Amino acid sequence: MARSNSTVKGERLKPQRTGLSDTNLLLIITLAVFLVMYVAAVVFLGSGFRKPQTFFNMLNENAALIILSCGMSIVMITGGIDISVGTMTALVCMTCAVNLDYQSGTIASAIGLALMIGVLYGLVQGYIIAYLEIQPFIVTLAGMFFAKGMTTIVNADQFNVANESFQALKLTRINVPGMGSVNKLGNYVPAYVEIGVIVAVVIVVLLFVLLRWSKLGRNFYAVGGNQQSANMLGINVKRTKFLAHFLCSVLASIGGFVYFLHVGSGSPSHASGYEMNAIASSIIGGTMLTGGVGNILGTFFGVMSLSTIKNIVSSLGLDEAWWSNITVAAMICLFLVIQSVVLLRKNKK
Amino acid sequence: MKAGRLEPREKQSKLRSLFRRQIFIPIAALLVLVIFNLITNPSFFAVKLDYNSAGNPVFTGNLVTILDNASELAILAIGMTLVTAASGGQDISVGAAIAIAGSVTLRVLCGDNARPETLQAPIIVAFLVCCVASMLFGAFNGTLVAYFKIQPMVATLILYTAGRSIAAWINNNTLPNISEPSFGYAGNFIPGIPVPTPILIAIACMIVIALVLKFTTLGLYTQAVGINPNSSRLNGINPAFIKFITYVILGLCVAVAGFIKVSRFSTINYSVVAKDIEMDAILAVALGGNALSGGKFNMAASILGAYVIQFLTTTLYAFNVDSSALPAYKAVVVIILVVLSAPTFQQKLTRLKKKPKMAAAAKEGN
Repeated sequence: MARSNSTVKGERLKPQRTGLSDTNLLLIITLAVFLVMYVAAVVFLGSGFRKPQTFFNMLNENAALIILSCGMSIVMITGGIDISVGTMTALVCMTCAVNLDYQSGTIASAIGLALMIGVLYGLVQGYIIAYLEIQPFIVTLAGMFFAKGMTTIVNADQFNVANESFQALKLTRINVPGMGSVNKLGNYVPAYVEIGVIVAVVIVVLLFVLLRWSKLGRNFYAVGGNQQSANMLGINVKRTKFLAHFLCSVLASIGGFVYFLHVGSGSPSHASGYEMNAIASSIIGGTMLTGGVGNILGTFFGVMSLSTIKNIVSSLGLDEAWWSNITVAAMICLFLVIQSVVLLRKNKK
Repeated sequence: MKAGRLEPREKQSKLRSLFRRQIFIPIAALLVLVIFNLITNPSFFAVKLDYNSAGNPVFTGNLVTILDNASELAILAIGMTLVTAASGGQDISVGAAIAIAGSVTLRVLCGDNARPETLQAPIIVAFLVCCVASMLFGAFNGTLVAYFKIQPMVATLILYTAGRSIAAWINNNTLPNISEPSFGYAGNFIPGIPVPTPILIAIACMIVIALVLKFTTLGLYTQAVGINPNSSRLNGINPAFIKFITYVILGLCVAVAGFIKVSRFSTINYSVVAKDIEMDAILAVALGGNALSGGKFNMAASILGAYVIQFLTTTLYAFNVDSSALPAYKAVVVIILVVLSAPTFQQKLTRLKKKPKMAAAAKEGN
């Protein structure tokens, strides 16, 4: 029903808004697949998935990825890409860890450092991509290499942070009312989320509002949809692109700190492959690499779908490292083919 | 007087046209590296004739190491250039695909036994099977890109995610080891020939692709499809098929590179083999001055770009840079090279140069 409605809206009543109806259509597909998968897991795999805490654990583990993917979606909506976010996360973790443990830093100084890395990255990458007009892939590839090398220059070995105030913050749990469960001993265990989840949810809501109703958000879509016509409409294309990449890098540094808060250690191998996970989540969430199509809510559910499928695979008792990669790849493949077939058929009509 | 004035201007325009040539960027980068190395260490390029442990004469030295290690990258750059030109996107799965190619080769040679006494199949059969498997995976990527019209980076993300797991699965997660010395010929030395075999294989690949580009319409069609798929379709080219075929060719390049990789060590480590080589291959294409958005390409510039990357790596190693810190230095060099060669940056530079000249001319006029 909902699907046919959106098609009708997009094509017959408001044909000039096809780009937006693509967004809605892909979002609905994502939502449906996520719900079907989760319900199937609850029905067929039972035990673990019935507890609300399983869902909240998925949030706890993926708060950083949600934030990174949001930044990635914005860049992808403007038609760019940023593959430096994964290693940037590792760099932020390592810098904060060194600051807290070896330089007697405080949490405020660590957050300041993280944001500083994000702002510097955003300024440099954004300027080179938007104003010097160099392909974003190459610039952020260099950014990825740079962060990778810098992480080991800052500190080459993995270590756990011992700072007390940080440990207190790391272990802070926020109880979710009414979602607890009774454990085997008969005690009531409340469901909880970590601080990172609150940050992630706030960011998702803020960005949703930004993309939906603000002028800047609409500019992102316009530039991604068609750069030349956006230019003719009087949109400052270069500044819009710059802001998209700037926002992505700053979000990556916030995501990096949230990741740091979750794992509580610094290591050069942290968050490896996160850039591809972020891209995959955005794609599953209905964002297209060609630009102009995408939705932050979809990205959120993209991350959750990825996490759900990993959980399902591991609870089926299959060898994790091996099968989860293959199933995730199969899932991306499935989504891409669905998207492509749906969009191709729609365009033909 | 007039003639005298014209001459430097002509020279300048010749110089400028040389500067604008696409192949100028990798050559200039290579020259800078060569001069830099010669200044810091005059014996950097010395090539010596030594005898290896098997008693065969072999060439050793930094130059041979660079050419040897860059072979896989140069071979991949060939396929990546075609893919980039035709589809306007890059294949990020080549590293994972190399793991699969190597795994297939070992599986055919070893059979079920991880440490066989004798090879279970002739090496040439293993190589052919590896080629077919890699081309099938290339065809998979090509189908997604050409017929389902999925952006190349996204389509190849599938194999990028799954590739190394598939490679491990092919050999039941064991690490086969081959003790047969003749298997190592492709990755090391053939007895009696002092030049490392990967260099010879890379040269053979370059000759083949040069002949293909010269005597077939592949190059022309690829560029036409990359510049405008619709108008090339109206001219009777099948753009989807051309895109598809470039991915299959990249698959073949991956097979050759993967075969060299396993031959070097006679074994394979699924999670480490050819790690991040896809990024280097794309970098080689970009350093060659090719537009990553597709269209015209210069094959020689791409291949040179691959050697520049390896040269840079070896130079940094010669300065005792830690291998894990290497990417940071690489990134700085890449950014400088790319910014310097950007058209927008060059325009800004010429504008800056012109300003004082115009001011001077205005003063003279007064």
